[in-house]
Amino acid sequence: MDLAQNILEIIENDPKIDISEIAALTGSSDEEIRDCVCQLEGDGTIRKYKTIIDWDKVDNGFVYAIIEIKVSLERETGYNVVADRISKFPEVRSVRLISGDHDISLTIRGKSMKQVAFFVAEKIATLPQVQSTATHFVLKTYKEDGVILHETEHTERLPIVA
Amino acid sequence: MKQSTQSVSRLLHKRRMRISDTVQSVPPSGIRRFFDLANELEDVISLGVGEPDFVTPWHIRESCIHALEQGHTSYTSNQGLPELREEIADTFRRDHSLHYDPNEEILITTGVSEGIDLAMRAILNRGDEVIVPEPCYVSYVPTVIFAGGVPVTVATGIENDFKVTAERIEDAVTEKTRAIMINYPNNPTGATMGKKDLEEIADVAIEHDLIVISDEIYDKLTYDGKHTCFSSLNGMIANTVVFNGFSKSHAMTGLRVGYALGSSDLIGAMTKIHQYTMLCAPITSQMAAIDALRNGRVEMERMVREYDRRRHLIISGFNKIGLDCFWGKGAFYAFPSIAGTGMTADEFAERLMLEKQVAVVPGNVFGDAGTGFLRCSYAASRDDIKEALARIGEFVESIAGIA
Repeated sequence: MDLAQNILEIIENDPKIDISEIAALTGSSDEEIRDCVCQLEGDGTIRKYKTIIDWDKVDNGFVYAIIEIKVSLERETGYNVVADRISKFPEVRSVRLISGDHDISLTIRGKSMKQVAFFVAEKIATLPQVQSTATHFVLKTYKEDGVILHETEHTERLPIVA
Repeated sequence: MKQSTQSVSRLLHKRRMRISDTVQSVPPSGIRRFFDLANELEDVISLGVGEPDFVTPWHIRESCIHALEQGHTSYTSNQGLPELREEIADTFRRDHSLHYDPNEEILITTGVSEGIDLAMRAILNRGDEVIVPEPCYVSYVPTVIFAGGVPVTVATGIENDFKVTAERIEDAVTEKTRAIMINYPNNPTGATMGKKDLEEIADVAIEHDLIVISDEIYDKLTYDGKHTCFSSLNGMIANTVVFNGFSKSHAMTGLRVGYALGSSDLIGAMTKIHQYTMLCAPITSQMAAIDALRNGRVEMERMVREYDRRRHLIISGFNKIGLDCFWGKGAFYAFPSIAGTGMTADEFAERLMLEKQVAVVPGNVFGDAGTGFLRCSYAASRDDIKEALARIGEFVESIAGIA
């Protein structure tokens, strides 16, 4: 396998891994890994090292909502212009162009349902290109970015088998 | 009280007499003792298991559930579900340019172990010899004996990266030789054989008109180079029985489903035994196998990439500790030498288990040629491999300190 791809797959699952361990796993030297990671960071392939947190386990956690938006486009303003503008709000965690009934899907994070609702009403719905919005509050997150948050599976293997 | 003790011993005596000479002649697996030992201890890290630590991919488990919901709980044809045989035929056409007729040349078995037993019983007359390269999987020699044959073991060694050589096989051939048993990628060494290596074996087989029984269960777990299916070699398709399955590639050990490919006379004879003794492989597992072949490539490749990383981790780890380990290119076993420690593999493995709670299997369990080596499975999590290596390192240091 291509070294860069191998490294990406490894750190996507474990961003805290040491350079020397990546070297051991791929049969490379520390230098090779450092150079490769440096390049991947430099050219923007690696955007950020992130943590997945189950905020439900924290007092004073966050409220999430998914907002679907219909956009009316004018000649000068494409989807990118609208999306860029929405992306600048720190409350907005993700912005995606989607197919189907709506055009853009957002994930919003706030401290309370009220705060999220007001944010959408005041900052998103009032944008000139936004035709309509539909807000769906997240009640429970079962799986986030490939990680099952309430794992129930237990498998046991015998310690020694031929 | 006295009477009951007497009757118990009489019973035991009688029972012993009731067991056939053939079965009595086969010693129990050398792994058994370690298994009991491991069960008594806590916090054991196991590198002793010959099965994936991954759970069967969800889409395959889901297809089992679906099959049960739909009420597919009956027998299948003795040969196995036609859709599964066709799917296997397609796979071999695509991957190896090999043409097997799903109606006559493919048999679905309850795992490869059953298949090898069928093959031995189908081809051996009493006293016929089968050449078995060692170290090898623990079942081959007993299977030959149970079928009335005589196993003739030939050694493979570290000097040749545990590849079996045509020369060694040639030396072992007699008038009674019927077959060669071969298993690459290899359990327990992790060795692989390239096309050229295998062609030399094929030449010997053709010259002496021998059947090759090729257990290729680890074929997908080939990390360097490309696996060559033995029957794809010139002139071998009619004289090879290829065995494969889903246990290792798709983490389906407990589902017990595998298959045999060969010419219609061999598969026909094996089917005859299978139909009287097994009837068919479990239908749930066969349906899961269909899904594994149709939709399982992505998950399988993900697991293989992870095994390859662990292979690098464990083999370089052993070499760092000072236990020389050759770079096996397949399966999921590292096979380090412990010759330098002055201990036998049995002693080493037993003390390692008792003192450091790490389970490995001594190489001699897989035949005399495995003496002085350990089989360490890297089908274990990276954390377990790292912790096991650390403990083995401490152990090696502690015995070096004494010596």
